Amino acid sequence: MPGPGTSAVRIVHVYPNLLGTYGDAGNAIVLCARLRLRELPCELIVVEPGQALPREGDVYLLGGGEDAKQTAAVQMMREDGALVAAAGRGAAVVGICAGYQLLGTTFLGVGGIPTEGLGLLDVTTGRLERRAVGNVLARAAAGVVGPEGEPLPDLIGFENHGGATVLGSAARPLGIMEIGVGNGVPSTTGQATEGAVQGSVFGTYLHGPALALNPALADLILSTATGPLGPIDDTLPEALRRHRRLHVLPATERAGRVRSVVKLLRRKDSAPSGASATLSGR
Amino acid sequence: MFLPGHYPDRVTTAPERTDDRLPAADRLGLRTRIALHAGRLAGGLSRRLGRGSGVVVRGRVVLALDPDALSALASGRRSVVITGTNGKSTTTRLVAAALGGSVATNSTGANMGPGIVSALDDCDARSAVLEADELHVPSVMRATRPEVVVALNLTRDQLDRTHEVSRTSQVWARAFTAQPGVVVVANAADPHVADAASSGRPIWVDPGLRWTEDASVCPRCGAVLDWSQPGAGSGTEALSRWSCRCGFAMPTPDYALTADGVRLPDGAHLAFDLRLPGEVNRGNAIFAIAAAVALGVPAEQAADRVGAVEVVDGRYATLDLDGRQAPLLLAKNPAGWAAALSMIPDDAVMAIGINARIADGTDTSWLWDVPFERLAGRVVGATGDRRDDLAVRLHYAGATPVVEADLVRLAHLLPEGPMVVAANYTAFREMRRYVEGGLNA
Ligand SMILES: [Zn+2]
Repeated sequence: MPGPGTSAVRIVHVYPNLLGTYGDAGNAIVLCARLRLRELPCELIVVEPGQALPREGDVYLLGGGEDAKQTAAVQMMREDGALVAAAGRGAAVVGICAGYQLLGTTFLGVGGIPTEGLGLLDVTTGRLERRAVGNVLARAAAGVVGPEGEPLPDLIGFENHGGATVLGSAARPLGIMEIGVGNGVPSTTGQATEGAVQGSVFGTYLHGPALALNPALADLILSTATGPLGPIDDTLPEALRRHRRLHVLPATERAGRVRSVVKLLRRKDSAPSGASATLSGR
Repeated sequence: MFLPGHYPDRVTTAPERTDDRLPAADRLGLRTRIALHAGRLAGGLSRRLGRGSGVVVRGRVVLALDPDALSALASGRRSVVITGTNGKSTTTRLVAAALGGSVATNSTGANMGPGIVSALDDCDARSAVLEADELHVPSVMRATRPEVVVALNLTRDQLDRTHEVSRTSQVWARAFTAQPGVVVVANAADPHVADAASSGRPIWVDPGLRWTEDASVCPRCGAVLDWSQPGAGSGTEALSRWSCRCGFAMPTPDYALTADGVRLPDGAHLAFDLRLPGEVNRGNAIFAIAAAVALGVPAEQAADRVGAVEVVDGRYATLDLDGRQAPLLLAKNPAGWAAALSMIPDDAVMAIGINARIADGTDTSWLWDVPFERLAGRVVGATGDRRDDLAVRLHYAGATPVVEADLVRLAHLLPEGPMVVAANYTAFREMRRYVEGGLNA
């Protein structure tokens, strides 16, 4: 792996035509820009279906996409083999939404059929009862720390998914939910969690340009290739995070509270239902 | 409450009859006339209460009292329906101009059943040029039996409403199949539009722009489309064509945009000038020319009329920002923004307004699908509710954002030079209201 001042960090954007629904290109733009702002060289490699994935990438980015495209993408990546090999030697892999699900052991593919994922994350994904759409706030889970052991700041983003993801023992959650749905299935300790991390493989439901809103997470991912990175001017991303906290997230929280009250009222005159999310297809 | 005896005699209120007007008397049944009257009252009330123009309320009341009112109002007219994700309103205005004479049209942009009812109730012209929301195409077509449908494009819009391009394409295909006589003036460069229009009688248009983001896989077989083949011919016609290994490929256009005009179906070239700015409007113009030709207007005449159109519903209006003049552009989604950015001259100073209210879609992720890298190295104004989202996007695109909520103050903060303002839907609406209402007071 290249250290600072040696060769360029290679960011691989995997199949944006299949996995690139909601501004996912933003994560590649952000990672490269954060290297260049530190005067470190960056090479962005965009790989479309039909082209071979590079074996020597430092960070592989997988975005969101519809079921059919997700299934097509996972088949191509398995046949290609480079991504799994790269993860095996410690390259960073970042999966968002559909990209997160397909890094797991199983996910629901075309027609809701359980489909085998790449198995880089010990997670399985079923279906949420109700699609999760809205702004998200999660505090970093225990053990999710920056390159020098410092705790990661809160995760802020937007989710839009129908997946309910269960973490196995090898994967750890990325965050603990404050506002939003996240993985949608309580952990063994009863906590609502968001995303997963296992070594240098990251998965999250913070969709689209998640790294634009979470510069510390972006630097944590980059640091797997570069080692600890020095600070840069983050005035604008910090102003955006402040705006989300003060003006956007409170409205989401209020709407969520109204929904839970409605749900409680409904429950009184109907049979109590179980957890808010259940797994289908198993 | 609205008894027949209370209904005013329509003959006395009808405008003078001319050739391009429908015969007024007894055209509509009693039930429809009662419903229209009730609708006008409700619309007037809503307007007086300050709830907007009342156009939609009025149409809703009419349709509640007479669900068949739209077919009754459309009967006897020659109708054109315009639909697509981007450029509907502009193209509707251009088609109306291209036809010439008196035309009934929903120029306010109320493009579902109620808005169209109000537009047709207001004007008894024989020609109707109607903008229709993408998902309302079947119902509008059933009621108005158009001779021509203009199918512009299908891209993702208002992203968190799970609006799926392929589903809309299938809805169109069924609507075109149900009316086999309809001529579909369709975008050959858009695979989803081409797939739907193949179910009708297509006239293919190549408007020159390529937007491949929403058309990565074949609408017919799901394989990845090949966009690498150059087209035949020169200029715009040399732009890439799409094809699939299943055999589905971009149809040969009947009308193709050229550097200074349009190549017509007989191969002749027709040059035209356009007052509206931008390459994307030259594309919209040739859709309008093709639609007018399909209704019997000579191409030269259609092109002259289209060229004279100046303003579309305030969309290309100029703002006066405390003395600094700035044209105002509307862009609603990534494809629209790519088109808007292509209209910005190199020496222009740009201010951009972004909101994320319900009508805009509450997720701002789409900002990263817009090629703001085109503004790298420039100072760009960021305003609107989500100016901080925009500023981060511009920052990482290599531009220098100036973040300011107040548009007039922003105009003072930005560098000298010709200024252009672009905004998404609700930000655009607010800017117009703000500048019209508050400035010179
Ligand atoms: Zn195909």
